[in-house]
Amino acid sequence: MSKHLSKLTSPLIAVILGLVVGAIIMLASGYDPIAGYGSMIGGIVGDSYYVGESVRTIIPYILAGLAVAFAFRTGLFNIGVEGQLIVGWLAAVWVGIAFDLPRIIHLPLAILAGAVAGALWAFIPGYLKAKFRVHEVIVSIMLNYTALHVTNYLIRNVLTDKLDKTERIADTASLRSPFFESITDFSRMHWGIVVAIICVIIMWFILERTKTGFELKAVGFNQHASEYAGMSVNKNIILSMVISGAFAGLAGAMEGLGTFGYAAVKGGFTGMGFDGIAVALLGANTAIGVVLAALLFGGLKAGALNMPLETGIPSEIVDIVIALIIFFVASSYFIRWIAARFKKGVK
Amino acid sequence: MDFYQVLQIIIPSMIALAAPLIFTSLGGVFSERAGVINIGLEGLMVIGAFTGIVFNLMLADVFGEWTPWLAVIAAMIAGLLFSILHAVACITFRADQTVSGVAINLLAVGLTMFLVKLIFDKGQTDRITETFPRIDVPLLSDIPFIGPIFFANGYYIVYIAILISFVVWYVLYKTPFGLRVRAVGEHPMAADTMGVNVTKIRYAAVLLSGAFGGIGGAIYATIFSNEFNHATINGQGFMAIAAMIFGKWHPIGAMGAALFFGLAQSLSIVGSSLPFFKDIPSVYLLIAPYVLTIIALTGFIGRADAPKASGQPYIKGKR
Repeated sequence: MSKHLSKLTSPLIAVILGLVVGAIIMLASGYDPIAGYGSMIGGIVGDSYYVGESVRTIIPYILAGLAVAFAFRTGLFNIGVEGQLIVGWLAAVWVGIAFDLPRIIHLPLAILAGAVAGALWAFIPGYLKAKFRVHEVIVSIMLNYTALHVTNYLIRNVLTDKLDKTERIADTASLRSPFFESITDFSRMHWGIVVAIICVIIMWFILERTKTGFELKAVGFNQHASEYAGMSVNKNIILSMVISGAFAGLAGAMEGLGTFGYAAVKGGFTGMGFDGIAVALLGANTAIGVVLAALLFGGLKAGALNMPLETGIPSEIVDIVIALIIFFVASSYFIRWIAARFKKGVK
Repeated sequence: MDFYQVLQIIIPSMIALAAPLIFTSLGGVFSERAGVINIGLEGLMVIGAFTGIVFNLMLADVFGEWTPWLAVIAAMIAGLLFSILHAVACITFRADQTVSGVAINLLAVGLTMFLVKLIFDKGQTDRITETFPRIDVPLLSDIPFIGPIFFANGYYIVYIAILISFVVWYVLYKTPFGLRVRAVGEHPMAADTMGVNVTKIRYAAVLLSGAFGGIGGAIYATIFSNEFNHATINGQGFMAIAAMIFGKWHPIGAMGAALFFGLAQSLSIVGSSLPFFKDIPSVYLLIAPYVLTIIALTGFIGRADAPKASGQPYIKGKR
């Protein structure tokens, strides 16, 4: 098996194993897995409404996946995407409500606010890592909860008077698209898909075509060698976290400006930040891989909503499948070990 | 309301809220001391909470007032079994420990909510009827001044939590097993050279963390939420991780940090009805544990350093 091929096979095997175990769980709980997966696929591409809703789900998955993947390339684990996403969501909505501007300025400004807020929130773990060598995983986990409580407080006490959600954003800041709505039977599909695709290109361009990207990747491969070659490891660590956080903030902005049009008090996390880890892992931290993985996971999530309606299977089965896929990707040593065994057996 | 009465309200609620954190953070201490990062504590608590509540609902008629205690034991076993996944992935298959932990968390919520919908056909369980009774500790609660604050109107399981943290300290620092756990987490190769079975010790430590996490989850659900839904355990596991770090990976330290975080939580809940505290916006108290942990890590209040080998799989023969 060539090296190039095995790069693709290991995620593929992980996905198949995840779906198979999901089917076994359905069987064991007395459901028909074929009907289950059938209704799921129906929920992804069944008609134009479902397609629109699937695309809408995929938008933040692409951006959250890019955020995690970008940091991974510099050797950083940004588990704080969730927090950066929440902060970006609120910032974008805030700008969307507070200003009265023509669309051509207002919309970009609101999107930018989301990106900047996410970037600032990610700057904290980046700076602490660079300056104090504090592990970014712990800091960003703590910041996730800090973000949750602080944004809830701001929504209740600053943006509104003790209400649980903000007013709607101005139309001039909205990503909603009458065009997409008309072709997808009034789904909530919005212009965010364009933003997501632009970000995919930006990530690819930064990493593959610029000096900055080269340095970021070099630091990810070997900090000591990069330092010796005259690169500033600390600068690159902070930069990587900031760019990663900007992607995460955009994911939140897409939800705030596109899907919902407001920010609400949250009892818990959206989960998109953690699913972004799954997307990045499965996509092998490349721009195109992230798109493919986001299509899969976003599709699974959107399709899952159709399962209880048609077959009575709880939609949580998809969360189980996604978690299992992460397990199998993470344990790729195990998959390679099995593959090696299998090959020996054939000989 | 004078200050003494305020203490009588805050302290028992602080200790009660700290109990699940103490158990779970002790689990974290075991795992990380052996060199395996366990972000999955949150998920292990979810499993514990689910098992505790379901056991309680199904067998309350059989066991009566003993139900919560047996439910905690059932949750301990469930947490232990579930943590095998993390152990196999991290130790045998050399998976990234943080990623495996994230997967544990997602899987725990997915699996338990799937089962809840399967069993109860709705988004949450029924409410349990048998919970831990509030008690006054005999003799100790009669001590003037201290007694009514610390030993009245509490739960036995809470005092057990504090005692257990001393037991864990003894095990980690005074027994051969504890020495091996710490050696494996600091320098697995050296431990291996001395004849310690690194794999076995790490497995034991991760399974212990699962058992403790399960207990923590069950206690939280039994005392505070009385039912199980997707938001029953919402950050408790991560707060336990924070307590472990704030306590510098030491059992007694973790217990102290858990008590302190319990205080912050209790103030955020009851503070609004008390003088002195009602003017503090609760958001400060809610984020205090997390912000303080970040500050602790940066070294402003004495640097907290993780065990040297934490996060690295041990591959025999690799230098």
